[in-house]
Amino acid sequence: MPAASDSSRELTYVRAFNEGLRQVMREDDDVFVIGEDVAGYGGVFNAFQGLLDEFGERRVVDTPISEMGFIGLGVGAAIRGLRPVCDLMFFDFLGVALDQIFNQAAKLHFMSGGSMSVPLTLTTAGGGGVSAGPQHSQSLEAWLAHVPGLKVAMPATPYDAKGLGVAAIRDNNPTVVVLSKQLLGRRGPVPEDLYEVPLGEAHTARAGDDVTVIAISRMVGEALAAAADLAERGGPSLEVIDVRTVQPLDSATILESVRRTNRAIVVHEAVTFGGVGAEIAAQIQELAFDYLDAPVIRLASPFAPVPFSPGLEAVYFPNAGTIAEAATRLVQRTFA
Amino acid sequence: MADRYVPTIDQARSLHRQMIRIRLFEEHAGALAEAGKIPGFIHLYVGQEAIAVGVADNLRTGDAVTSHHRGHGHAIAMGADLRAMYSELLGRRTGYCKGLSGSMHVSDSSIGMLGANGIVGAGIPHALGAAFHARYRGNDSVAVAFFGDGATNIGVFHESANLAAVLGLPVIFVCENNGYAEFSPQSSQSLIADVADRAASYGMPGEVVDGMDVCAVHAAAQRAIARAREGDGPMLLEAKTYRYYDHQGVKGLRKSYRSEEEVEQWRNRDPISSFEAWLDTEALLDHGEAASVWAEVAEEVQSAASFADAQPEPDAADLMAYVYAGG
Repeated sequence: MPAASDSSRELTYVRAFNEGLRQVMREDDDVFVIGEDVAGYGGVFNAFQGLLDEFGERRVVDTPISEMGFIGLGVGAAIRGLRPVCDLMFFDFLGVALDQIFNQAAKLHFMSGGSMSVPLTLTTAGGGGVSAGPQHSQSLEAWLAHVPGLKVAMPATPYDAKGLGVAAIRDNNPTVVVLSKQLLGRRGPVPEDLYEVPLGEAHTARAGDDVTVIAISRMVGEALAAAADLAERGGPSLEVIDVRTVQPLDSATILESVRRTNRAIVVHEAVTFGGVGAEIAAQIQELAFDYLDAPVIRLASPFAPVPFSPGLEAVYFPNAGTIAEAATRLVQRTFA
Repeated sequence: MADRYVPTIDQARSLHRQMIRIRLFEEHAGALAEAGKIPGFIHLYVGQEAIAVGVADNLRTGDAVTSHHRGHGHAIAMGADLRAMYSELLGRRTGYCKGLSGSMHVSDSSIGMLGANGIVGAGIPHALGAAFHARYRGNDSVAVAFFGDGATNIGVFHESANLAAVLGLPVIFVCENNGYAEFSPQSSQSLIADVADRAASYGMPGEVVDGMDVCAVHAAAQRAIARAREGDGPMLLEAKTYRYYDHQGVKGLRKSYRSEEEVEQWRNRDPISSFEAWLDTEALLDHGEAASVWAEVAEEVQSAASFADAQPEPDAADLMAYVYAGG
């Protein structure tokens, strides 16, 4: 746990991730970074800034635009004992490299009867809200969470961007760390020490009584804003759970909360249909049915690609306002 | 550069025995599949033995190979245990993958066999990773990616070849061109006759070699491996070869896609019989000695298969035991 002395230091989300990576690289020579423009340029989102200077070309490697190739290289290097950090620049580029992720990295431990493991970290930038258009704004975590063998971390704060990143790199399984593009410049407290946030442990970001809001990545901040707003207006009291990792999913923390509040809203940027929220809602009704006073609500995006035009994009995603409204209606039982 | 390797008597006998081990392992596996004892798919390497053996004989501890769906030959050439091989093919707990993977996915990282692979081309970049690892550790180990002619039309091959060239990795790309991508002739898949020609577009050397001649393969692989060890980067070898049996299984020919004459022509150039003829001429191994090798290997194969057949199937508990690595 962080020392109290440095609890006040603030870093941006992307700097926090960068600091964790840098500290792990100092500690473990087997960790290397590979991807497009990660070395000379430091990553298009600055996630790898300064690494080339500190660790050199041996450990920070630029590649051609060949995601299947360099992620596949990462799989092979991981089998041999290295700890590659492969950068998939945008989450939306998943499709061009997917075989190496879901058929190779995810399955080789199982397929070798446990004799091989793939300690590979895949970093990527997901989510919308920056007018990046339909092919650079998606949240595809449900695709990955569906595949046995993968882990998927979705940090919502600078603290977690560092701690989940470190945990992912040290984990012996292929782990995808999805950095939220909108949160990259967001500041928050980050201890200077090297620390891990364990994969598979959700965080209760705010305690409350009436409705549990289970949020993913950037939606955690929106849920906290909704909770603060409702508290100020004397509305329902929200408990906000940051899932932190969608695979493994900390079902126990979610269920414990819902059994107390008796109501649940799941909120994420990905489209509603088949999203991780659908899985969470299903688990709640299967395992906490008798505790529910209202249906489990999914607040997510409509079944359309992420639009470009800023006004349209603003109404596409859930936000603090829609969360507060949904919570209020849930307590009033005015959902259709 | 059509030179041939001239083995010593011990080396010659080793190459000979290894090819026969692959041949008889596969023939018996085919028989077991026909008898319904091997579940699922099986892709036999018969006809292509000279390639795996000729290449692997140049490798040493620390080197690695990646393979494809027709991967039994590479595993055996790298020194795999036939009992663990058959156990895997039969879906038994003593298999290389504890019966979780089957014929298409045999691996043994302890001998540098990083895996056969059920997805065409997918193992190729893993060889880059092994080569990257060798350079990262500062040693002169190399990695060999085996793949078929069909795989040279999938994107990951091109990405990997270019990436290996750009990074200067010690990788040897070995294309086993058996003329068919499943049931489609190479001429319908690509407008170039020699896959080796593709090497030029990545800025690496390419070479065509007779894949039915173990000494020719050996010599070409030796050169490619030596330059990779010396830090001169990757190379593409194309070994022209043929598979005697069907794409999958032994004779599952629903439709004929190649003529009996064609099969016969290639069988007449059989890598083992032609090597035996040469060994006899060179007085390295006579017919009688060759016959005893076949008999000894037949016994080894039979014994390995019987061992496997007596082994238990995986437990239900094994299902969840290897989804995630611990520690």
